[in-house]
Formats: sequence, structure tokens, C-alpha cells
Amino acid sequence: MRKTTNQKAWWLVVPVLLLVAFNAFIPLMTVVNYSLQETFGNNVFFWEGVTWFEKVLHSDRFHASLLRQLLFTGMILAIEIPLGIAVALSMPRKGPWVSVCLVLMALPLLIPWNVVGAMWNIFALPDIGLLGYSLNSMGFDYNFTQQPVSAWMTTVLMDVWHWTSLVVLLCYAGVCSIPDAYYQAARIDGASGWAVFRYIQLPKMKRVLTIAILLRFMDSFMIYTEPFVLTGGGPGNTTTFLSIDLVKIALGQFDLGPAAAMSLIYFLVVLLICWLFYTVMMRNEEQ
Amino acid sequence: MNRKWIVPTLYILFLMLPIYGLLSMSFKTTNEILGGFSFFPQQFTLENYIKIFTDPTWYNGYINSLIYVVINTFISVGVALPAAYAFSRYRFLGDKHLFFWLLTNRMAPPAVFALPFFQLYSAIELFDTHLAVALAHCLFNIPLAVWILEGFMSGIPKELDETAYLDGYSFSRFFVRIFIPTIAAGIGVTMFFCFMYSWVELLLAKTLTSVNAKPIAATMTRTASTSGYELGLLAAAGSLTIIPGAFVIYFVRNYIAKGFALGRV
Repeated sequence: MRKTTNQKAWWLVVPVLLLVAFNAFIPLMTVVNYSLQETFGNNVFFWEGVTWFEKVLHSDRFHASLLRQLLFTGMILAIEIPLGIAVALSMPRKGPWVSVCLVLMALPLLIPWNVVGAMWNIFALPDIGLLGYSLNSMGFDYNFTQQPVSAWMTTVLMDVWHWTSLVVLLCYAGVCSIPDAYYQAARIDGASGWAVFRYIQLPKMKRVLTIAILLRFMDSFMIYTEPFVLTGGGPGNTTTFLSIDLVKIALGQFDLGPAAAMSLIYFLVVLLICWLFYTVMMRNEEQ
Repeated sequence: MNRKWIVPTLYILFLMLPIYGLLSMSFKTTNEILGGFSFFPQQFTLENYIKIFTDPTWYNGYINSLIYVVINTFISVGVALPAAYAFSRYRFLGDKHLFFWLLTNRMAPPAVFALPFFQLYSAIELFDTHLAVALAHCLFNIPLAVWILEGFMSGIPKELDETAYLDGYSFSRFFVRIFIPTIAAGIGVTMFFCFMYSWVELLLAKTLTSVNAKPIAATMTRTASTSGYELGLLAAAGSLTIIPGAFVIYFVRNYIAKGFALGRV
């Protein structure tokens, strides 16, 4: 859209600015403050400089949870994006079933995250849950509270259950915006199903797919509540992702310095991804 | 071509299974649950639901959650409306940087903010109030609201504004009388998303409350850990949290996909 320059527009932004700044700046400064100091309680602080940052960056524990986080996010994207596209493409475009599909598919997105965790916990319990009981009676040795592989599978499956619908809805919106004339032209040209997907549907979905991939990347990178309720980060540390580890250090052990330093590093990583997201989106918009 | 319905059907079946597991467990007695697996409840009971609707610590959890979610939705949409208008219509000093900065807050991991938020809201004596949670959720809901609204507003031609100004409308009169009715659908979708993200968030809500404003989700986690293994009760409470979501989805079902695309389809 053609925009006019008007500095007075700032006044319209001021309320948002004040509210978000209140919530963002003060806590962020608190974190920066902690990350540079050491305390032994009683609100007495000692200057530490960048010691905590060096410690965190060199600690095996941080590397391990970062690696687990990256692996988890990678698996999530590899499963959810193709599955989401496949479901979106085979959904009906019109008729009474559209609303039914949309409402049922959106349902998991509106369940509180800890309930999602609790639901999957109940669902996967080896002896009395629907999934766990079925798997075990089919002859699989499955127990997500003791076997790391089962715990991972359950966590990934839970996230697929929870968030694939987001990808479906986005892709569906993209597919629906394709005029019928495009398909007619493809039919006249005798294009194969794959060609229709590759040269008509995929390009039309590009923009929404970018949003989907990046939203899924960021949200799965920050995941906390669901795996915490489902596995508590266990067995051992096998499903301790970055957020879970951070909360363990900050609120469990009350190691404020290292936790704050880790927060900032974590936040910087997210910020970097944000910047990529923003650049890609803006470039899309300008095209 | 005619077999296309199989994929969505299987997918929806996969989505419904865990929900069914939860529902069926909520109608079972504790003894039956611990006794072994059964697909249908054998001794059908409403005891778990009766307990929730008669015990104030339980039903207050739902009321508390709904109160802060509604407050948050109104604050977020209220302040986001003028801001989104500014971003969609005007170019001003630092607008792109500001938009990016807002975006970063949507992406901030709540785990990073939990402890500082606790100290901040204790310091201004809002700890354990609905307003504290509502304000804290503004951190991610305002950026989201600005984003979605900006997308919807950019779809409306600028000629609408210009014609109204030529007709002698002042900015505020134009905004309230003409512009807001025009993007009513967009506002509805934005409210839905604010509702949704505030309703599903737990970490901050739990950190900022203790008794008076405790959300249902926190009541659930505390019950699960303190009073042993009352799975039936937990399942009933969980099933009830699905209802408000299902209710609001129904109203925005035709716009939901556009909303997730941040108004940019």
C-alpha cells in the first residue's frame, strides 16, 4: 500500500509502546542485572562481569540441552510441514464439511498447554492409557516414563497432534486463494497431479508456508509446559529442552546468575531467528 | 480424486483419540481407572464433575481464568487498534524498527520472563490479581493483535479514509463510525487469537498468582501433585477446559485460517 509520511502517527502507537515496554524493558533489565552479578542471598550482590556467560557457553549441560532442542525442532518441522500440506490439499474446498473440518482441526490449538500435557500423559500411560495399552498389547515394549526412545516418540507425537493443525489451516488458506481458472488451464495443458502441486499450489502457498515454518520453529524452540507436564524432562535428562533446563536452574536451584546469562543467550538465539523471519516476510511483502 | 476424504478423516480421527481418552477417563471412578484399561467407562459416574462444580477452589479456577483472559483481550485489542492503523497507513520515524521490536516480544520465551515478572508485579503490588496476569499476557498478545489487525487493515483501500476526510469526518469520528465497522471481522478474529493465547498460557499465569486469581490450569497441576493420583478428577477438569475454546472457534470458523496467516493470505 502507498503510505504517506506522517510523524503524528506516533501518537497512535504510544499506548502500545508504553504497555509493551513496561512488560519487556524492566524484566529484561532485571535479567541483565542478574547475569552480571553473584549473590548469596539477602539481596547482597557482587559484580561478576561476564563470568556467567563464559561458564554457560562452555558448560556441557547447556550444549546438551541446546542439541536436544535443535533435534526436537528439526523433527517437528520435518513431520508437521509435509503432513500439514498433505492434509490441507485433500480437504474439501466447499460444502458443509468445510466448517466441520475446520472446527475439529482447530480444537487442539485451544486446549491449555498443561492440559495437552496431562491429556497425553493419561493417553500414553503404559497400563491404563489408550495409546500405551494398545501399543503394549500389540507386543511393543512401551513405557514413556522409563525408556528415552519412547519418551521422545511420545513428546514428538504430542507436538504433532497439538500443532499440525496450525500448518493445515495456513496452507488451506493459501490453497483456497487459488482461482479455479488456474486448475482449468492446467487440465487443458494436461498437467500431472505433481505438476499442479509444484507449479500452481506450492508457489501460491509460499507466503503462508513461510509464516507456518517460522511460527513452528519459534514456538517449538520455546516449548515448556507440554513436555514438562508429560515427562518432566525425563527419564533422566533425555527430554530436558532449553526452557525446561532454564526453569530448573532459575527456580529449582535458584542459581540466578547462570540462569540469567543462559536466558540472554537463549533470547539472542531467538532474536536472530526473529530477524531472519522479519527479513523474509518483508521481502515477500515487497514482491 | 474421490478418495481424498480419507486423509482428513484419518487426521481428525488421530486428533480425536487423545480427547476421547480424556473424556472417557473423566467418567470413570478412581478404582476403575487404576484397575486396568477399558475403552468405555464400565461404572459410568458424574462424581468427578459434581466435585468440580461444588468445590469453590475448583470452579473459581475457571472464573479466574476467564476474568483475566477477557480483561487481556479488551486491553490488547483496544490499544492495538490505533497502532495497527498507524502502521498500515503511515510512514513515520522508526516505524519499521518499532514493528520489529514488537515482533521480538511475541517471540520472547516466557521462561526467560517468569522470575523478573514475579518481582516486577510484586513490587507494584499487583501480585495475585487478575490485572497482573492480564497485563503480563499483553507482552505477547499486543504484538500479535497489532500484526493481525495491520494485515486486515492493509486489505482496505486508502480511498475509504480519503473519501471520509473529504466528507468532513474528523479522524476519531471516521475511525469509530466507519473504519471499525468495516474491519469488524478482523477485530473478531484478533479477539479470538488474544483469547486463545491468553487461555492456553500457563507459565506466567501460574507465576503471578497464588490464591485469589489462581487459574484453573494451576489448580490442576497443584491437585495432581498434592492429593495423590486423582486421575478422574484431573481428566474431568481438563475436559471442561476444552469447552470455552470449542465455543469461540465456532464463531470465527470461517475466518480462522486468515487469522493464522496474520491477515496476509
